[in-house]
Amino acid sequence: MLDKNGIAKRIAKELKDGFYVNLGIGIPTLVANYIPKGINVVLQSENGLLGMGPFPFEGEEDPDLINAGKQTITTLPGSSIFDSALSFGMIRSQKIDLTILGAMEVSEHGDIANWKIPGKMVKGMGGAMDLVASAKNIIVAMQHVNKAGESKLLQKCTLPLTGVNCIKKVVTELAVLDILPEGGFQLLERAPGVSVEYIKQATAGRLIAPEDTPEMQLD
Amino acid sequence: MINKVVSGADEAIHDLKDGQTLMLGGFGLCGIPENCINALVKKGIKDLTCISNNAGVDDFGIGLLLKQRQVKKMISSYVGENAEFERQLLSAELEVELIPQGTLATRCLAAGYGMPAIFTPAGVGTEVAEGKETRTFNGKEYLMEYAFEADFALVKAWKGDTAGNLIYKATARNFNPVMATAGKVTIAEVEILVEAGELDPDQIHTPGVYVHRIFQGKSYEKRIEQRTVRSQNP
Repeated sequence: MLDKNGIAKRIAKELKDGFYVNLGIGIPTLVANYIPKGINVVLQSENGLLGMGPFPFEGEEDPDLINAGKQTITTLPGSSIFDSALSFGMIRSQKIDLTILGAMEVSEHGDIANWKIPGKMVKGMGGAMDLVASAKNIIVAMQHVNKAGESKLLQKCTLPLTGVNCIKKVVTELAVLDILPEGGFQLLERAPGVSVEYIKQATAGRLIAPEDTPEMQLD
Repeated sequence: MINKVVSGADEAIHDLKDGQTLMLGGFGLCGIPENCINALVKKGIKDLTCISNNAGVDDFGIGLLLKQRQVKKMISSYVGENAEFERQLLSAELEVELIPQGTLATRCLAAGYGMPAIFTPAGVGTEVAEGKETRTFNGKEYLMEYAFEADFALVKAWKGDTAGNLIYKATARNFNPVMATAGKVTIAEVEILVEAGELDPDQIHTPGVYVHRIFQGKSYEKRIEQRTVRSQNP
């Protein structure tokens, strides 16, 4: 079973040289720590920056330079800055190669719910609806089951949707799965030490799980 | 040339009235029109509709207007950092319309570009789409979203000149340029105000034609919401 860093590490293996990538808040942010050697990616922050660098050294924080999580950051050689409309323009016109974001629920048809829990304070969707509606390549980083042990990979989402029929790949603490165009989760890889049977028990949506599914290679 | 320079925030907002719709630039607390917000708090006008990506924090930014109960409605994409906001929302004292961030930015852009509406895929198939007209282009469904109408746009830039031209700094740019184009009256507050001719025309982000009033802010606190640093390398 993977921890959050393990999920991030596995997702980082999906990065290709030259990709422009948008990382959501939470586990996706950790992906930046595991970018493979020899791979250069440009990170987009949707508040208006391409080429997001690491956090600044103490004393060098600039209140005018933050990421979408409102954290102080730095730029890198080759960075560019633009307004919010252009930022979502490049998202909508699919100039961003890969979007990685978290989810509360994903359905076997690629629907995603990640912004609202009825009865709880709703903070808003931020840029998530724009990202999922337009990105050509979205990977969801999420926990396979919730704290009560219930599957978050469902036949149909129960929470208010963020987007429909848009997710193609999911990486959890248990597995890597593709969502098939005709519907259903295709198990591709098992996390170290996790059995196919365990993944079947943890997946409520339709699962295609070959008995010989390989274990993930993390290094 | 028409004189766009006003003495300060109080003069800039002198004719702003109860019940009007305002755009306020900024992302989180970055690039917000601090001086205009403080003047609005002092003036005490009420029942405002505020279009702004976020709603500030309890004791800074739009949070100050919320605390004085000056806001009737917030139109935002993310409002998570404010306890007073949450209290007013849960007690139905405050109306909130949450819209996708790209839709928010592009509805400002449409206003400034003279286009009545836009088509966006953001929110298709979700509760954001309820009651909205849709169109299908090349087999994909889009929502029609209207350009915003705002009585005033309050923006913050780094440098400006007496002709109203603006230059923003770093990610404090965010929503400011699109909101600057979208107000019936646009008020720009800047850190540094210079004479027309001192800024390079090639470097202007917002042309002065969009800016009706400009002033140099008295001071800027520029509060950091999430101070994050890395340790010095050995």
